[in-house]
Amino acid sequence: MNSRLVLVNIGRWFILLFIQILLLRNLSFYNMATPFVYVLFLLLVPFGTPNLLLYLIAFITGLTLDAFYDTLGVHAAACVALAFVRILFISVTMNRDGFDEPEPTLGNMGFKWFVIYATLCTLAHHFVLFFLETFRLTEISYTLLRCVFSIIFTLFTVILIEFIFYNRRMR
Amino acid sequence: MRNLWIFINRYNAFFFFIIFFAIGVILAVKNNSYQRSVTVNSTNEIVGNVYQNLNVWRKYLNLGSVNDSLAAENAKLRTEILSLQHIDSTKQVTVTDTANIPQYTYLSARVIKNSITLRNNVITINKGSADGIAPYMPVISPGKGVVGLVMDVSEHLATVRSLLHKDTKISVNIKKSDALGSLVWGVGNADITRAFVKEVPNHFKVNVKDTIVTSGFSSFPPGIPVGSVTNSSVSTGDNFMSIEIKLFNDFSTLQYVYVILDKYAPEQKELEAKLPHE
Repeated sequence: MNSRLVLVNIGRWFILLFIQILLLRNLSFYNMATPFVYVLFLLLVPFGTPNLLLYLIAFITGLTLDAFYDTLGVHAAACVALAFVRILFISVTMNRDGFDEPEPTLGNMGFKWFVIYATLCTLAHHFVLFFLETFRLTEISYTLLRCVFSIIFTLFTVILIEFIFYNRRMR
Repeated sequence: MRNLWIFINRYNAFFFFIIFFAIGVILAVKNNSYQRSVTVNSTNEIVGNVYQNLNVWRKYLNLGSVNDSLAAENAKLRTEILSLQHIDSTKQVTVTDTANIPQYTYLSARVIKNSITLRNNVITINKGSADGIAPYMPVISPGKGVVGLVMDVSEHLATVRSLLHKDTKISVNIKKSDALGSLVWGVGNADITRAFVKEVPNHFKVNVKDTIVTSGFSSFPPGIPVGSVTNSSVSTGDNFMSIEIKLFNDFSTLQYVYVILDKYAPEQKELEAKLPHE
């Protein structure tokens, strides 16, 4: 992993968390769909990252979000779940030794692969997030509804951002 | 031993996941309990600072409506002063009564962080333990009813568990009939202008537009207006009904709040701690 990649990722971390905390925290549609665009950072962590490091990054990112959302542990657990799904998905769809591309972006991996990847990861993240937040099964239908709408919103935003920033580099 | 190590190493993704996920869930569950030592929340110095700086800009956006509400409250208070002076002028009595210090003192604070989009919303205010704020103190908004209860306190900041939180339950009654119920939010819908009064006995008659006020049994002083009834439904086979109310308070434009310091709260707590626990 070269130093440029590290710097890009640190920059991305700050920008995405900044947007999430200062802007998207106040945003929701009819209190149903709330976007959590910061998951894009965890989606785009480079391929070669060791598992332990990836989990640590996910956990710390989640904990930072928790500090600003006043929900200790909820985002952290959700991010760890995302990291787990990410590792599984990558190990299933790609061969272990040779990664041709440095990071799993839309431009590098193609539309179809990226959409499935992002959908599965966001799904895990949001399910853990909403159920830990509510922490009761009596409101299950409402929680599920919120969860599904939020997944759609987050995915839409994530793919939109990917299209804006990475399409030009596509070969 | 070596085989075990190889096994763990091969499935390290799964084992790391279990460890980190467990830490996350434990933190989340512990967060609901009474005692907390970790301050990874917005009373934290860094996080608080970010929100305070951000609020300097945001404050201006709502300045108009805040002014209006403060002016309205001023007008109301002035009217009350006038009526008091009127009574006084007929008969001047000077009483030096040291025993009768008011039970409740109000302390004004500014909201530096607010959220309305989550299931469990938390507000951060710019007063802390240095100003005499302690956990479980009630918070109200100027002239418009309840906001929530103080949750965590640092030296200059405090977090308030908003009414828009799954653990907030406030004892209220219907002003006309004094029927007791408990105020909760977010059951079935997360509309920030609506809440529910649960556990009201069936035999009371409730009309639309009845006012709901705090009962004084929870830590809020009695008689603080909360909202007006919009809908009441009797579920069959149940002795209690649940009432839908429209809150007077608009949580989306909250700027200034009052924290209520109850002189007898420590005494009451001490006394109630002696009750046997089941």
